[in-house]
Amino acid sequence: MSGPHNSRREEIRSYLTGYALALALTGAAFASVHWRSFIPATTLCIVLGLALVQMVVHFRYFLHISLRKSARDDLLLILFSTLIVTLMVSGTLVILFNLRERMM
Amino acid sequence: MSADEIRHAGLNLGVTDALTHEQAESDVFGFWVFLMSDAVMFALLFATYGVMLPATVGGPTPSSEYKLLPAFLETLALLTSSFTFGMASVAMKHSASRRQLLGWMGVTFVLGIAFLGMELHDFATMFGDGAYPTRSGYLSSFFALVPLHGLHVFFGSIWIVVMMVQVLTFGLDVRVKINILRLGLFWHFLDIVWIAIFSVVYLQGLIR
Repeated sequence: MSGPHNSRREEIRSYLTGYALALALTGAAFASVHWRSFIPATTLCIVLGLALVQMVVHFRYFLHISLRKSARDDLLLILFSTLIVTLMVSGTLVILFNLRERMM
Repeated sequence: MSADEIRHAGLNLGVTDALTHEQAESDVFGFWVFLMSDAVMFALLFATYGVMLPATVGGPTPSSEYKLLPAFLETLALLTSSFTFGMASVAMKHSASRRQLLGWMGVTFVLGIAFLGMELHDFATMFGDGAYPTRSGYLSSFFALVPLHGLHVFFGSIWIVVMMVQVLTFGLDVRVKINILRLGLFWHFLDIVWIAIFSVVYLQGLIR
């Protein structure tokens, strides 16, 4: 069993890991746009992919959401919200881009 | 059921304060529901922004208005403030000295205000270029999305000051501790929304 003192060091290390990962991912995203090393479509995919990874990092290291057995309610709520958001956002985009195509 | 179990999102107090830990479960979960509904609102504003993006009607475009360096500095400020708030939560949990807790919260507050200052400067530059909300559909959706996040950061900063005053007047009792846990969730959540903003709004607009 780890005492409160050990857990403190562990928690600080967890925040530091999250901070380092977040800085690296942010830096990579800005660098890929700044130096234009890829064609625009590839850069966009890289930026959006890095953003998704960084969100997971923030949830894991700053909000302490994990796949562990306890705290399932929080995880379920996130997954449900993600489902709702995906449905509404993708629905909006599909319908309105289709509408634009027909109007042009 | 041990007190060490994770009961809610964010830093758990666990064995360091079992009584507060017990009570935090339902309180923090309620706040978590609010945050997720806030996330749905932001997601739909992102969808609106995506739809409105080509609607510039000959006015300012994303690539003419956004600048990479200010967006990067704002990101750094907010990211660092998320980390410093994490340090404040750890200081609270392990009952470090009150000065340490207030110090980390103060640093977070300063970084939040610095972020707001840079963002307002950006908006002022955009207004100077004739990029104001009524100019085009694209700018309306931009000024609906990004300043709303700024407004959240503004109220978060006020909340930090309120909590610092509460720590000074009431000390770290159960209510104050749970409020700081909630504030932590709010602050980390705003950082996650900002990730989406700098990727979808700023970086996407600057890709050439």
